[in-house]
Amino acid sequence: MATESTIISEKERWDGGTRPMGASYGKLMMWYFLLSDAFTFSAFLIAYGALRVSNPSWPVPDFVFQLLPESLPGEAGGWPLIFVTFMTFVLLFSSYTMVRAVQEGARENKQGVTVWMVWTIIGGLGFLGCQAWEWNTLIAKEHMTVLTNPFGAHVESGVYLEGDGHDITEGTTFVPGDPYLIHKYEGEYHQLKYRVTEGEETGIVKEQSFGPRAFGALFFCITGFHGFHVLSGVVFLLIILINVISGNYAKRKNGYEMVEKIGLYWHFVDLVWVFVFLLFYLL
Amino acid sequence: MAHDYEKSKKIALSTILLLGVITIVEVGVALLGKGYIVEGWHWPIWLMGILMIVLSLTKAVYIVFEFMHMKYEMNGLAKSVLLPTFLLVWGVIAFLYEGNDWGNRRDLIDNKNKEKIEEIGYLKYDAPDELLKDYTI
Repeated sequence: MATESTIISEKERWDGGTRPMGASYGKLMMWYFLLSDAFTFSAFLIAYGALRVSNPSWPVPDFVFQLLPESLPGEAGGWPLIFVTFMTFVLLFSSYTMVRAVQEGARENKQGVTVWMVWTIIGGLGFLGCQAWEWNTLIAKEHMTVLTNPFGAHVESGVYLEGDGHDITEGTTFVPGDPYLIHKYEGEYHQLKYRVTEGEETGIVKEQSFGPRAFGALFFCITGFHGFHVLSGVVFLLIILINVISGNYAKRKNGYEMVEKIGLYWHFVDLVWVFVFLLFYLL
Repeated sequence: MAHDYEKSKKIALSTILLLGVITIVEVGVALLGKGYIVEGWHWPIWLMGILMIVLSLTKAVYIVFEFMHMKYEMNGLAKSVLLPTFLLVWGVIAFLYEGNDWGNRRDLIDNKNKEKIEEIGYLKYDAPDELLKDYTI
């Protein structure tokens, strides 16, 4: 490309017969697709931000997402953030193997492309498995739905008047910002009663209110949309892997460009996860 | 060619290690700042926020420029993809401002709901009688 651009002037580059952007049509369009997808994800994440700042309290991520999704929040065995960090590393690992596959493709090494693509697919499936586990815990054990959010955070100080049989007992005190989960048993959510101990409303008995309603919808839609991207990425990786093995791309002699294109998509999925991880789990 | 291959292999490895380290630092900042590692030691929320946003953007830059090879693309391609994303800067500012205002209005509505109003015997309203007949005053 470098030699071409020295011969052809800037004006002539756009007159046809050359690649003015230095990339094939397919690769260029993959970039523009990713740009449009970036705007879709940004719209979701900006909506999340706007709704989050508009609420007086927000579920505490360290409480909602714990080490082992098997243990209920607040109970022993819960370590914040570690499980989702593991998920992040699985995705980062698959990003690295994808880079390696593209590099092997550039030097027409079919064996190398195959091996590294298999690793990438394993990484993608591992990530999806982790996400399925996390969702299963949230839905089946903690009873969060798209419209009901049992995860809340206190906005005042108080003392509980009853226990929930898990981490809260009668007399447990809390301060603003302390998280809670409204447990559901026998088909009903049990909102615990508490007495306010500070401020204008001291002495008034209240019950735990449900957390911001938008939380469930935002969480399931955004991580679901991302997970769907991972899933379709795995499907495309499989299709391209079959074509690699059958020698279709070797015939084209273009440095396995199809692998490079799916590589762009795969890194984009990782890129989006950086921001989902930041906004949902870290902040 | 063989030399380029070895070099790019090295770059990929160092980039992924860097991304891993940044992720660990981010999680470390989150755990440390929220008082999980050292009992009772909390960082101000704005400091944690700035640190984590800057680190995440660094990760994004490395993914786009190294892994997605944007660094090695032609200037025109890079600009046509990257420049439009700057529109999002205004999107973020505008919608966070808007969201903050929704929050302020929420307080206003809560306060209005708590206000006691005096019972007065009439409704001062110049509407036709048929429109008012449903209201018991």
